[in-house]
Amino acid sequence: MLRFLLTRVSLIIPTFLGVTLLTFALIRLVPGDPILLLAGERAVDPERYAQLRSAMGLDRPLLEQYAIYIWNVLQGDLGRSIVTKRPVLSEFLALFPATLELAICAILFAVVVGLPVGILAGVRRGKIADHTVMGLSLTGYSMPIFWWGILLILLFSVTLGWTPVSGRIDVRYWVDSVTGFMLIDSLLSDEPGAFRSAVSHLILPTIVLGTIPLAVVARMTRSAMLEVLNEDYIRTARAKGLSPARVIWVHALRNALIPVITVIGLQVSVLLTGAILTETIFSWPGVGKWILESVYRRDYPILQGGVLLLATVVIIVNLTVEVLYGIINPRISRGR
Amino acid sequence: MSIEAPVTATAPVSTGPDAPPHPLVDFWRDFGRNKGAVAGLVVIVLVTLMAIFADFVAPHSPIEQFRDALLRPPAWTENGSWTYPLGTDAVGRDLLSRLIFGARLSMLIGFIVVTLSLIVGVTLGLIAGFFQGPVAIVIMRAMDIVLSLPSILLAIVIVTILGPSLINAMIAVTVVVTPHYVRLTRAAVMTELSRDYVTASRLAGAGLLRLMLVTVLPNCVPPLIVQATLGFSTAILDAAALGFLGLGAQPPTAEWGTMLSNSREFIRSAWWVVTFPGLAILITVLAFNLLGDGLRDALDPKLKR
Repeated sequence: MLRFLLTRVSLIIPTFLGVTLLTFALIRLVPGDPILLLAGERAVDPERYAQLRSAMGLDRPLLEQYAIYIWNVLQGDLGRSIVTKRPVLSEFLALFPATLELAICAILFAVVVGLPVGILAGVRRGKIADHTVMGLSLTGYSMPIFWWGILLILLFSVTLGWTPVSGRIDVRYWVDSVTGFMLIDSLLSDEPGAFRSAVSHLILPTIVLGTIPLAVVARMTRSAMLEVLNEDYIRTARAKGLSPARVIWVHALRNALIPVITVIGLQVSVLLTGAILTETIFSWPGVGKWILESVYRRDYPILQGGVLLLATVVIIVNLTVEVLYGIINPRISRGR
Repeated sequence: MSIEAPVTATAPVSTGPDAPPHPLVDFWRDFGRNKGAVAGLVVIVLVTLMAIFADFVAPHSPIEQFRDALLRPPAWTENGSWTYPLGTDAVGRDLLSRLIFGARLSMLIGFIVVTLSLIVGVTLGLIAGFFQGPVAIVIMRAMDIVLSLPSILLAIVIVTILGPSLINAMIAVTVVVTPHYVRLTRAAVMTELSRDYVTASRLAGAGLLRLMLVTVLPNCVPPLIVQATLGFSTAILDAAALGFLGLGAQPPTAEWGTMLSNSREFIRSAWWVVTFPGLAILITVLAFNLLGDGLRDALDPKLKR
């Protein structure tokens, strides 16, 4: 087990280095001179230019520049935003809880709806319920979520007026940031109605971001159920006279869950991709919107740092899923 | 019976009832049973025809502005007219015509992205499968890096470097999807390499290129066909997302995602400008996913009952 763990952890080092190579190259490949970019509208006289160049280490050999970059990254120094002048890392950390909160709600939505629906489809294979679930989930899987978001706003916010259009909470409420999670912070605050407002702001973004994972979970649960239901031990359980509900919910589901959990873990990358689109549509103040706006503002240090940090999140989550999978299913960790 | 009547209308290759049917016939029968897949194929053929003959099908030019008909609603509603069946946008361009020309772009995007990623992916996959050791490790690690980045994020990075345009969006999407083809090809190659027929071919003196392209590659095709079909939907969806974010095709190009991003401000006043481009994306992507699923079921012997 320890060996399995060490191999897995050592495998992510080259991946992480590769990502840093990419982000290091990014700032040098974007059009425009980095110093002139930093200077923005102001003019830079040649003397000052040379001074800045050496201060930023741009006159050193490329390899040395990369080494300095890695050294800084490992110490948590990801540079400063050109626009706000604040450190990239602290901006990221301030916004990440908003993205995390949305992502957690989306995955919960996907599992709470997708699991039972997938089980239903698997058990009722070939029946109307199965066809409906599979049809809807393939539609969800094919959904351009940026359009789906607009459509939901059109229906629930504009036409019916049930939910707010954008943001995390109504401007009337001032909630102190304790955990960064609006749902928890609004509960902790004494403002009446703040929690309600936070929930109503979360509903549509959660549905939009959760749609594709929901479709994936439903499809995966169905096929895992179908596979498990054919096993001999299920026939044994049935032959013993156990109730169909017990066979499905206790005997079959437990084994069917293994591939489903893996798939849920692998949705993190999908969620972060979706977060960029979802946060843009709903003006959700998270890292996805932050990164996209850095592109519009040519705030390249943010793009560089944001990409590295998000990729690190994905790498760590994928590693955790793999290790957990190894613990649940010992055949994997003993395989090699 | 077959001896007495040797010459009938049947095809010359067909044999007695015990012989297995030709693989293609077999495939077509399995595929035809899947109504969803057939429906997907029909939609794809229709969209393709529409894209090819856009100049003849579309009632108007996609960029012509009818100044006397701004934000005209669809024909079946009040104030609508059949001159503009699906209505017009904020500068008076016919929505239906723009959607039809948008189909041309989306199908082209799908085709180019899938072709490029197939060529690059299969080449790298073959190399990584045949040459174990450092070469394979470098290729597969590089693919892991690409896969560890959320796809739209990587595409945004590439577009930022190259500048926003339709061509650059296609390049970005190609880079994002290629690792899947590499992994798939390598896995298929490694399975095939342990088979006896490859050993036999090797002993017979087949060269490396012959082994790669003639002996092994044809047997890796089925999963690649499925992936390529599904790749169309990813390409169309991702390119539209980039267009929506303002990083893909630039206005006034009639691209579905770009059309959506320009129409967001009319969400309260003109629902049709927002609804139809997205519907076009959804229907096309769904059709490719249905077809891909159907092909997978028909091509995968394990799933056959």
